[in-house]
Amino acid sequence: MIWNKLYECMEREELLKLQGERVSSMVQRVYDSVPFYRKKLQEKGIEPGDITTIGDLKKLPFTTKQDLRDNYPFGLFTVPHADIVRLHASSGTTGKSTVVGYTHNDIQMWSEVVARSLTMAGVGKSDLIQVAYGYGLFTGGLGLHYGAEKVGATVIPISGGNTKKQLQLMEDFGSTVLACTPSYAAYLGEALVEEKIDRKHIKLKAGIFGAEPWTEEMRSQIEQLLGIKAYDIYGLSEIIGPGVSMECHCQKGMHIFEDHFIPEIINPESGEVLPYGELGELVFTPATKEAMPLIRYRTRDLTRLHADRCECGRTLVRMEKCVGRSDDMLIIRGVNVFPSQVESVLLEMSETKPHYLLVVDRENNLDTLEIRVEIEEQFFSDEVKELEGLRKRIKANISSILGISATIRLVEPGTIERSMGKAQRVIDNRKIK
Amino acid sequence: MIIKQLSVFLENRTGRLTELTGILAANDINISAFSIADTADYGILRMIVGRPDAAAEILREAGFAVKITDVVGMNIPHRPGGLHKALQIISDNNVAIDYMYAFASGDGKSTVVIRAESLQQLIDLLREHKMELLQEGDVYQV
Repeated sequence: MIWNKLYECMEREELLKLQGERVSSMVQRVYDSVPFYRKKLQEKGIEPGDITTIGDLKKLPFTTKQDLRDNYPFGLFTVPHADIVRLHASSGTTGKSTVVGYTHNDIQMWSEVVARSLTMAGVGKSDLIQVAYGYGLFTGGLGLHYGAEKVGATVIPISGGNTKKQLQLMEDFGSTVLACTPSYAAYLGEALVEEKIDRKHIKLKAGIFGAEPWTEEMRSQIEQLLGIKAYDIYGLSEIIGPGVSMECHCQKGMHIFEDHFIPEIINPESGEVLPYGELGELVFTPATKEAMPLIRYRTRDLTRLHADRCECGRTLVRMEKCVGRSDDMLIIRGVNVFPSQVESVLLEMSETKPHYLLVVDRENNLDTLEIRVEIEEQFFSDEVKELEGLRKRIKANISSILGISATIRLVEPGTIERSMGKAQRVIDNRKIK
Repeated sequence: MIIKQLSVFLENRTGRLTELTGILAANDINISAFSIADTADYGILRMIVGRPDAAAEILREAGFAVKITDVVGMNIPHRPGGLHKALQIISDNNVAIDYMYAFASGDGKSTVVIRAESLQQLIDLLREHKMELLQEGDVYQV
């Protein structure tokens, strides 16, 4: 099932034309109503009239999270307060939170893209969707809620937490779809087993999970625990919330609703636009948003776009699961290196756990990369040749993924600092910049 | 017969070995023999201690990666040719030694600790040639 064939299956040429028109009118709107953008465009010598096709998009300046903070709380709104019907805000773990506003039409558009997303996961009128995303300033709960109502499904707005109640309602009401973060889905799955609830009493068939990074291993774990098909949904409040992109049943990446959110992949260093298939930073221009359209918003998420036609029939580009954040990117000997790549290598090797630290330095004008990996007691051999063999295997796997060689240093267990939140994975000792 | 050896992974860091010996001393664990296989970044400390299981537990709690490995201990006369005779028997019978280390106790005897892939074969061979094997009671603390 496809919710909106007109836009989701539009020929690409026609879609690009539509995007051009939408960007063009959006630039005029922000130029007229947001002093920040007017100044930014004037500095670059750009008149709204210069932007007529989608090809002109790359001429425009980027918008960053810092710009949102600098204009806290309402500086980037393009409409009078009377037209704003809702506010959401990010949690703001680093500095001030970022605030986003929605007009009535924005909420309609958001419901539309979430409805498209839910349809991709096979959700229809007869489904009962348990929305276990948090309701509140976070966009997850209300975003899924309105989309589900638009589809005509029955919404159970339980919000996050209260696991016992979640399981009870899941059983008593017969929820068929679960929407929450993947980590909470895994938690609920484990709780289901612990509470010895018979899977036969649970009617769940699909899960819509997002708002945090998760791996394919997690997907199979959740699918097994809950006995469902797990779908990946992507979004960020700056663009709209959940429903910027979503996996169809083919699960070959997430289709971006490009008629509203125009994606680009850029080189995070130079800002240059990269072709489809190349890894870079994802940038969105939510051109149809009324309350707070943004010009080329840098998500800091790193991924690739693919524009070849999907078997599901949709023509919308697909984005891969994000491989990391451009904030984490290191450039070592000219090669882009992400700590997450090292992590995936270590996760794939049965002898290692992903406790590692990258130490970057510069000797004789050459960048050096040392990766410290904790030795796991169960794989600790008391023979040097075995340990050296392990070290060589790590080294070979790392260099085949990163494309550069690294020194692998085995260290004692527990010596790399653990942290509950953002672990420090990198020490860069290079005295440059 | 078979003696339990403790193997500990040690980073090359000043004072790290002293931390370990300090822990063993504080827990009244005697070290009969030890050797270190070293690489540029780390070493593997191998030692025969009085209470191997307890020592392994204590060191693990202190955050060390510890492994218990079976080895053979053998007493040989502390005089020229003593080691050679023992090794000749082993090599004549094609038993491969992974590693070994030795210590002299001063009472006219030396002790050799040997790790081999086919440990039982080594024990049978040494017995056959009437070599004096170290017994558990010789090294373990009661």
